[in-house]
Amino acid sequence: MAIDPIEQFQVISLFPIAKIGHTEIAFTNSAAFMLAAVVGITAFLVIGTAKRSLVPSRLQSAAELSYEFVASTVRSTAGSEGMKFFPFVFTLFMFILTVNMIGLVPYTFTVTSHIIVTAALAITVFLTVLIYGLWRHGLHFFNLFVPKGVPIYILPLIVFIEILSFVSRPISHSVRLFANMLAGHITLQVFAGFIILMGGAMGALGWAGGVLPFAMIVILMALETLVAFLQAYVFAILTCIYLNDAIHPGH
Amino acid sequence: MTRAYPLSLVSAAFRAAGHNEAFKSTRVASMADGTRGNKGERKEPPDDEAALSARLQRLGDRLATANRPSENDFSPRQTADASAFARGFRLSTELVAGVVVGALIGWLLDRWLGISPWGLIVFLLLGFAAGVLNVMRAAGVVRDNNLTD
Repeated sequence: MAIDPIEQFQVISLFPIAKIGHTEIAFTNSAAFMLAAVVGITAFLVIGTAKRSLVPSRLQSAAELSYEFVASTVRSTAGSEGMKFFPFVFTLFMFILTVNMIGLVPYTFTVTSHIIVTAALAITVFLTVLIYGLWRHGLHFFNLFVPKGVPIYILPLIVFIEILSFVSRPISHSVRLFANMLAGHITLQVFAGFIILMGGAMGALGWAGGVLPFAMIVILMALETLVAFLQAYVFAILTCIYLNDAIHPGH
Repeated sequence: MTRAYPLSLVSAAFRAAGHNEAFKSTRVASMADGTRGNKGERKEPPDDEAALSARLQRLGDRLATANRPSENDFSPRQTADASAFARGFRLSTELVAGVVVGALIGWLLDRWLGISPWGLIVFLLLGFAAGVLNVMRAAGVVRDNNLTD
């Protein structure tokens, strides 16, 4: 009995929506889970803030806590001017967090374990930084690539390095989230596979021995929950750091 | 590596939300004070006293850290160090990203300009330098150029 640890990442077309040229645009399980996350977040925030009572209910305080948490992250990283990007960062954080958490439930699909999704998010951030920086500061924005106090004869080299460093941001930004989720889910699946393999090979003794990998799964599950939260947080805070560059490019 | 993980994560994650926590614990502390005063009887006075002062000390520290970021707006990187694991992962991806971008640009230049292999050689080296710069920035060894002034 072979267990394929990659099978969980398969994108399955649920029903076709449209056809452009020869490319079929389909509603996939990935899209379904994204939609579920968006609906879930919207419901959580709308229901949570509907009553606006002075003494908050559990749901309301959870909604308020998530707001406070992201708001203080944005303020401490990008300054109070960065608060105009709060909706953007909050959306990113909540979306990634929810999608990661949904992915931890067995038999679900983890949207962020696909690099195309995380790359799309990272490129959105990258373009936001670039376009806002250029719109706000004009060509002055490129001062970001010209550090001060560098001797003129190595300045061209430094500028090249700075530009490469800037361009490499969306890559590290997306790969980090994607690789964390992918690796975590594969590890979980492999350990779960051990139980079935042992049970299949050694019968009752194998099933009894399966307690060990099962204990490992429990521990890994706790770790994955932390990773799911942490990666959403890291993604949000790096977004703030990059936005900070767009708001204050080298003065 | 993973053992230190949860605690540092939680502390880092809630450092930002420390405001609420701190206020909550003030309330708890003052309430505890009131009930103790009414009864006028303590089971273990020295321990209690020490615990209370330790708690107040912690509250003070937490308030200080919670208030600091809003006052001076530029203190990135600190909160990004959520845990050693995440930090290590972040540093490695930064380096790899720099090298990959350098190699990609070099390869494309080679193809477009037909200067193979010089584009790849030069941009791979530049990409490596950019990766190292990324890592040093992420680790806080070098300050960002927009922070120096």
